[in-house]
Amino acid sequence: MSEYLAVLLFAVAGIGIVLITFGISRLLRPHNPYPEKNVTYECAEETVGPSWIQFNNRFYIFALIFVIFDVEAIFLFPWAVAFGQLGLFALVEVTLFLMILFFGLFYAWKKGVLKWV
Amino acid sequence: MIDYVSALSIDFGLIVPEITVLVTSFVVMMLACSKKVSSWSSTVTLVGYVLALWFTTRQWGHQGSGFADMVTCDNFGIVFKAIFIVASIIVVFLGHRYLRVKGLHRGEYYALMLVSTLGMMVMANSSDLIVLFLGLEIMSVPLYVMAGMYRRSLESNEAGIKYFFMGAFSTAFLLLGIAFIFGASGTTNLRSIVTDFSYIANSFPVYLYAGVALILIGFGFKVGTVPFHTWVPDVYQGAPTPVTAFFSVAPKAAGFAALLRVFVYGFSEVTILSDVFWVLAVLTMTVGNLLALRQDNVKRMLAYSSISHAGYILVALVVGGADAVAAAIFYLVAYTMFNLGGFGVVTLLETRSGCKSEFNELRGLSKTNPYLTATLALFMFALSGFPPTVGFIGKFYIFSAAMQSGFVWLTVIGVMNSFVSVYYYLRVIKTSFFDEAEGTPVPAVLSPTIIIALVITAVGTLGLGLFPQQLLQLSQAAIFGMP
Repeated sequence: MSEYLAVLLFAVAGIGIVLITFGISRLLRPHNPYPEKNVTYECAEETVGPSWIQFNNRFYIFALIFVIFDVEAIFLFPWAVAFGQLGLFALVEVTLFLMILFFGLFYAWKKGVLKWV
Repeated sequence: MIDYVSALSIDFGLIVPEITVLVTSFVVMMLACSKKVSSWSSTVTLVGYVLALWFTTRQWGHQGSGFADMVTCDNFGIVFKAIFIVASIIVVFLGHRYLRVKGLHRGEYYALMLVSTLGMMVMANSSDLIVLFLGLEIMSVPLYVMAGMYRRSLESNEAGIKYFFMGAFSTAFLLLGIAFIFGASGTTNLRSIVTDFSYIANSFPVYLYAGVALILIGFGFKVGTVPFHTWVPDVYQGAPTPVTAFFSVAPKAAGFAALLRVFVYGFSEVTILSDVFWVLAVLTMTVGNLLALRQDNVKRMLAYSSISHAGYILVALVVGGADAVAAAIFYLVAYTMFNLGGFGVVTLLETRSGCKSEFNELRGLSKTNPYLTATLALFMFALSGFPPTVGFIGKFYIFSAAMQSGFVWLTVIGVMNSFVSVYYYLRVIKTSFFDEAEGTPVPAVLSPTIIIALVITAVGTLGLGLFPQQLLQLSQAAIFGMP
């Protein structure tokens, strides 16, 4: 059970630090609300419309394709680090893995997903 | 340099059928890129499935494990792989015309089906809980897409979303269960769990039981046992009918393959499981049958009927042991035949415009399509378990296995449930044979592909009912190859 005590202490300390910092800033900060503070943040530009708008669903598909390569990178790193010990067999395996992923990209490309009109 | 190929016993010979299915799915996906060749996708899919089936049958009798003991090739897994592939082949035939009529005939459908089958095959072959989980996910994700494939139909969209949420939810249960088991035993390998079982059960009983319960809930969702069945009717009714036919057979068989492997082999010494399965089996049979009585839609009725059939197969899990596993496999083969047949006729009827497979639309069917109606009657008799169909033999083996192990009440409840189910199956026959249609009934147009599907299933239903010996021997030889 003593190992779990550390987890409990960690949780208590984590919550405590958040509460203490918020409490200190509440005591120290000036209190001056005005409506511009509540508008959508657009990098100091004048705000145009609300933030709840419909995004083009191309963003979604782009994000999905991005995830493919994101995950690919995660799997390539350990292979690249241990390349010296792994040898030819692993090279073939990784090539197959990459081909499968590029096949997915090829499919998306042929379906016109990458065309940005 | 580390010789990890032999250290991890990487042996691609064990997974040749899986590789075949995977490669076929890539080829089909490639065909789907081009409009000119995409109509070839169904043929290529069939070729891939037949090749995979051939490779699978070649594995029969060979036993081996590889990939760091994560994959086990045994007769049990081979029989299940054959069931998945045969069911998929029938579904390809059965859905061809329906998909063309509804404008859904696209390469992606077949590619998704192939990937889903691949997941099932991985599930049937796995001797490690993580690989089992991996297979389950490979199977499920394409199924969510297939359920929502008919994009212009709101019901299909609803089915896709519902199936996705329930599936994701149940996967979370399963994964947490695996985590608990790993916490208790330090391994996810079923063989090691069996070897060290008494140590695990004595040291960490709470984690063990929590893990077993959560895994059971996860698979309970997948095979649609009561009380985890609520998604089944909506998804089965909303999805395109060939997809429903696929859902009702292949993933269910895969779920039972996993259940049998994990609970009859892996956790066979958790004695309370028998009682848990007793309750689940009785609930599933009874609730499925009682709710099916009140349905006015044939697809929805078949959805509830598939719940009750899952209940009959759960009886095998109550009993445990080699005979019960053989009976369960026999029943799953039988169920594949007559359930796909039943859904095949419904699919055919739905190719008529505006048909929603309500009971009313069956009226006067025997006047316009007498042979088709006779086939439908055969499948309904098989579903309700009349001799000489295979439905009777399947139920007989299941319940005789239960009787021999002394589960008298379970058998009584099961047989009573069979009687109840006769009402709604015969209602289909009564409506199609004896009720007069309002106005002139529209005949259903047969196409060669659906005739092939119906002939395979009808011959299977009747032939295996008359000559069950071969299949029984096959399912008795389908033992776990994990000493």
